[in-house]
Amino acid sequence: MLTYTIRRLILAIPTLLFISFIIFLIVKLSPSDPTAGLPLTIPPEVREQIRQSLGVNDPILIQYFKWLKLMMWDEPLHLIEGWTGWNVAPEGGARIISYQTRSPVMELIVQRMPQTLWVVGTSYIVGILIALPLGIISAYKQYSIFDQVGTFVSMVGFSVPTFFTGVLFIVIFAVNLGWFPSVYNTTHVVTDWDSFIVQLKQIIMPVMVLGLYNASQISRYMRASMLDNLNQDYVRTARAKGLNEKVVVLVHVLRNSMIPVVTVIALNIPAVFGGAIITEQVFKVNGIGQLLIIAIQGGDVPVVQTVSFIFAVLIVLFNLLADVLYGVLDPRIRYD
Amino acid sequence: MPDGATPFVLDVKDLKTVFRTRGGEVHAVNDVSFTLKPGELLGVVGESGSGKSVTMMSLIRLLPMPPAEIRGGQVMFEGEDLARVPEDAMRAIRGARIGMVFQDPMTSLNPVFSVGYQIMEPLRRHMGMSKRAAALRAVELMELVGINDAKRRLDDYPHQFSGGMRQRVMIAIALACDPKVLIADEPTTALDVTIQAQILELIKDLRQKLGMAIVWITHDLGVIAGIADRVMVMYGGQVVEQAPVRELFANPQHPYTRMLLETVPRITGERSEKLRVIQGQPPILSKAPESCAFRARCPQAFDRCAAQNPARYDVGADHDAACFWDFKTGAARDV
Repeated sequence: MLTYTIRRLILAIPTLLFISFIIFLIVKLSPSDPTAGLPLTIPPEVREQIRQSLGVNDPILIQYFKWLKLMMWDEPLHLIEGWTGWNVAPEGGARIISYQTRSPVMELIVQRMPQTLWVVGTSYIVGILIALPLGIISAYKQYSIFDQVGTFVSMVGFSVPTFFTGVLFIVIFAVNLGWFPSVYNTTHVVTDWDSFIVQLKQIIMPVMVLGLYNASQISRYMRASMLDNLNQDYVRTARAKGLNEKVVVLVHVLRNSMIPVVTVIALNIPAVFGGAIITEQVFKVNGIGQLLIIAIQGGDVPVVQTVSFIFAVLIVLFNLLADVLYGVLDPRIRYD
Repeated sequence: MPDGATPFVLDVKDLKTVFRTRGGEVHAVNDVSFTLKPGELLGVVGESGSGKSVTMMSLIRLLPMPPAEIRGGQVMFEGEDLARVPEDAMRAIRGARIGMVFQDPMTSLNPVFSVGYQIMEPLRRHMGMSKRAAALRAVELMELVGINDAKRRLDDYPHQFSGGMRQRVMIAIALACDPKVLIADEPTTALDVTIQAQILELIKDLRQKLGMAIVWITHDLGVIAGIADRVMVMYGGQVVEQAPVRELFANPQHPYTRMLLETVPRITGERSEKLRVIQGQPPILSKAPESCAFRARCPQAFDRCAAQNPARYDVGADHDAACFWDFKTGAARDV
């Protein structure tokens, strides 16, 4: 298993290199001008000098390798320095600089990441916590009222996009009922019980919107997987041993049913970051998704490239994690 | 009859099981009665769909309910009526005092738990053993059923065992708590012939060592002839004939049994002879049978067979057959 993991990690390097090249090219080839956002009073020759200084006139491969070196070497070192305080980063070395804010992209991401992780992470966990029992009970009581309602709701939840449910929630709970704020205030600090309640109130809507969407997807997988297993012969064997239904379902059947579901959960984590882009817009969460949107709108090429690449890294990593988990959960799969 | 006075370990009377499906009811078990003496091996034969498995699964209530429903009858086992005991009492009997082995060892074991864990489960559930004690007993059981190097193989998973070995594991699970009755539902059908012979030998051997009664469900008459004390032939969810094994093979009294015996291919005799079959299909009964279920395929059938369902008539010592035709006199029965 360890050898397998290491081999997969090494194989991830060329994959990521290739992805980085594609991302770089696509973003680079888009007809956006880094000086487009600057005041119109700036004369053309100054604009040209700005472009020159940003290096956008260099051959594209040169630009790519410069960016790649920064992305793969300098920026991670800066990150490590930021986290641990060790003096490892090159002094005064080049950084990937945002066109818009003139600050290193990595610092923008580090600022934005906690908000995203907090909202997305909570909603994913809430989604899983809703989905698993829902899927298990739905399957165990197939065609019952609970199952019919659950399946219908999850179908609706899965088909309605989050930008719709988000706005719907705002209209109902923020505007009409006035229960929750419609904007997520990321500067809010929890210090005591009251501020905790405020935090709870403001996080509830984005978490529910994303969480219900995730839950409806995962619960369908859970239900299908449970149904596959409930009719297996080994379930009859478990019953023939005189085990009670709780053990039969929650130990024997669930353990087998979790194999594909855990994989889906792991594979979906990066997708959730992508989906959060929209939810962050709706609830004005200034997370990494919002950073990406603003960067796209402002033609901020370095930010778009870097954030996209980070998403790509997450996808590759969670794919690997899913495969490893598969091997851990299913003894029939041993990679060595 | 007072408890304990019965000479039978299992006494089934008029067991009735019905499946309720969308297309209506299917009467799978119709008034089945039989007994099992301690240490006896009862063979249950019949073609697919004759109700052999459903009968045995109903008496230990292992059928999915719904759609299955036990509509009547009595299953006396050690002074308790299994058709009526509450579900948790039934669970305490299943896997402890009644063990089961199923047809397909490839799918009957849970693929994600080690073989040791699966053998230890009934021990811990029914005997309240600690993990350590259960592990020791599991090794003993694996040795008992002829799995070599048992201690090391305890942590292996089912996919690391061959089909025959997996069936041995299933047998070890069934025998874990020293059951009074073992129900073996076509335990050798999915195995190839040499492995089949090994498993048969193993069961014979274990039966002598442990002295439990066995119900052996099969459609293989050759297997039954070699292993059973008594044979019960089933058709259309009913017992059509029941006799000690020698008597049944020498002197079959029901046309279905006779035809079954004729279908067994012989290695002696004319080679040009085609394999014999019983024409037609076993019936699917949408209501309790009011006429003989075998009538449509029976060469002996006459008008009474369409009007009335034959009872089981005594035709010899411990031998009964549910047929209006008396083969001994060569005429219709006068009852």
